[in-house]
Amino acid sequence: MRTTRAEYCVIACAEAWRGDGEVLASPMGLIPSIAARLARRTFSPDLLLTDGEAMLVGPDGTPEGWLPYRRHLTAVTGGRRHVMMGASQIDRFGNQNISRIGDWERPARQLLGVRGAPVNTLNNATSYWIPKHSPRVFVERVDMVCGVGYDRAAAAGPSAARFHRLPRVVTDLAVLDFATPDRSMRLASVHPGVTVDEVRAATGFALTVPDEVPSTREPTDRELELIREVIDPTGARDREVPPAGRDGR
Amino acid sequence: MTDKTMSADQAVARLESGMTLGIGGWGARRKPMALVRALLRTAVTDLTVVSYGGPDVGLLAAAGRIRKLVTAFVTLDSIPLEPHYRAARESGAIELTEVDEAMFMWGLHAAANRLPFLPVRAGLGSDVLRVGRGLRTVTSPYADPSTGVREEFVAMPALRLDAALVHMNRADRLGNGQYLGPDPYFDDLFCEAADAAYVSCERIVDTADLIKEGAPQTLLLQRSSVTGVVETPNGAHFTSCVPDYGRDEAFQKLYATTGHAEFAERFLSGDEHAYQRAVQAWQKEGTP
Repeated sequence: MRTTRAEYCVIACAEAWRGDGEVLASPMGLIPSIAARLARRTFSPDLLLTDGEAMLVGPDGTPEGWLPYRRHLTAVTGGRRHVMMGASQIDRFGNQNISRIGDWERPARQLLGVRGAPVNTLNNATSYWIPKHSPRVFVERVDMVCGVGYDRAAAAGPSAARFHRLPRVVTDLAVLDFATPDRSMRLASVHPGVTVDEVRAATGFALTVPDEVPSTREPTDRELELIREVIDPTGARDREVPPAGRDGR
Repeated sequence: MTDKTMSADQAVARLESGMTLGIGGWGARRKPMALVRALLRTAVTDLTVVSYGGPDVGLLAAAGRIRKLVTAFVTLDSIPLEPHYRAARESGAIELTEVDEAMFMWGLHAAANRLPFLPVRAGLGSDVLRVGRGLRTVTSPYADPSTGVREEFVAMPALRLDAALVHMNRADRLGNGQYLGPDPYFDDLFCEAADAAYVSCERIVDTADLIKEGAPQTLLLQRSSVTGVVETPNGAHFTSCVPDYGRDEAFQKLYATTGHAEFAERFLSGDEHAYQRAVQAWQKEGTP
């Protein structure tokens, strides 16, 4: 069975936690959750995971510690954490919005609220997972800055920039990062089957594109086995990202 | 020793329109829903609500009782967006002070410790400062030893409350409150930040029995910060109150997909007993 788009997405998300050492992996959403567990079972065995509530658990769900919300917030501000959040909107410098679309006083669409995006982005590594890469999400300007981007962190001064770090943005099409001189978003890799032009067309701002764009790496046999047979045997990942890409490609 | 037991109606009779009201729990988890339902039976309105928001905010918003809301989010957890809160915001009915989850916690800590503010890094660079109605920053008097920089932080103002409503698994008649689930949330801080705190619980037990139910660290609330104790079995319904019960997902879905007038007519037109009976009747309907 060939590697599906959702499986490339899992690999790309898991790579976010490579080399992180003994920190809390906080995946939000389905594919990041599969990915964090994959990283924990393979190349990042010291990661801490939660049960989604208040317990720290091993890969088989065995509790190893207690992390209620108030202590979770200390993990955030202490910096021993790498979160992967979603985004209703994200801009060129990584400013992210999950709060609302439209006016502040009377929004066209009220969404979740800022949640922990401000504290996350200023204190611990923050990556993003976007299951449907489109110009509606990748916008020139977000309607409300919840997660802080590189330009806003720099403008807000040393206290804001001190621990600010956005390692990567993973989508159903590609991996993006901020490895540019001005910290604007760059295309880091495309998933096999996706062209650079497709990514450009799905992005609502000018993306930095290197001359050579690599493909997202292939999973190892062991990784595929873990994804398919151990971590997500029911194939829930395919409901978030269809097997052959969004248009059945 | 003062017996603080009272009915839910007696507790909410002490609330007044215009008050700043803190509501404990988190999202759709261990919310003092029976107290919220009792509040809906009063005429109290024009509230400033301070909450990690869930259906408590949704029900009060749908009934038009909230003038201002201080929150970091409003969610039903298994249903990400709270429909009644959304509708209230999109019609411009609620004035919002939106702060980050950590800022919110430090606001409660400041109030509980009688401090005007506490410094937090969270918020800098984000739009919570722009829309935050007077949020200011504070500069450290101490230079960082390695960089020489005197860091600037958000001065999160105290979230002082006129009253707090929280729900516990157990309490005694004096106001010692106990949670038995995995997370205390921030209910102790809500009580300590408030001038008056009303604690509902699944069961009132003898003081001597509290320690039989759970280890010492489950004794979250001290009686010195509790004003009234209300026994309301199933009183967090339809939010979760583990280990006594989990979230009633089917009923929450009904709540989220039913117009407020229809929902209120069927479930909120009587007292708490009528509510619990109506829920049971609805549950029987769903069982073939």
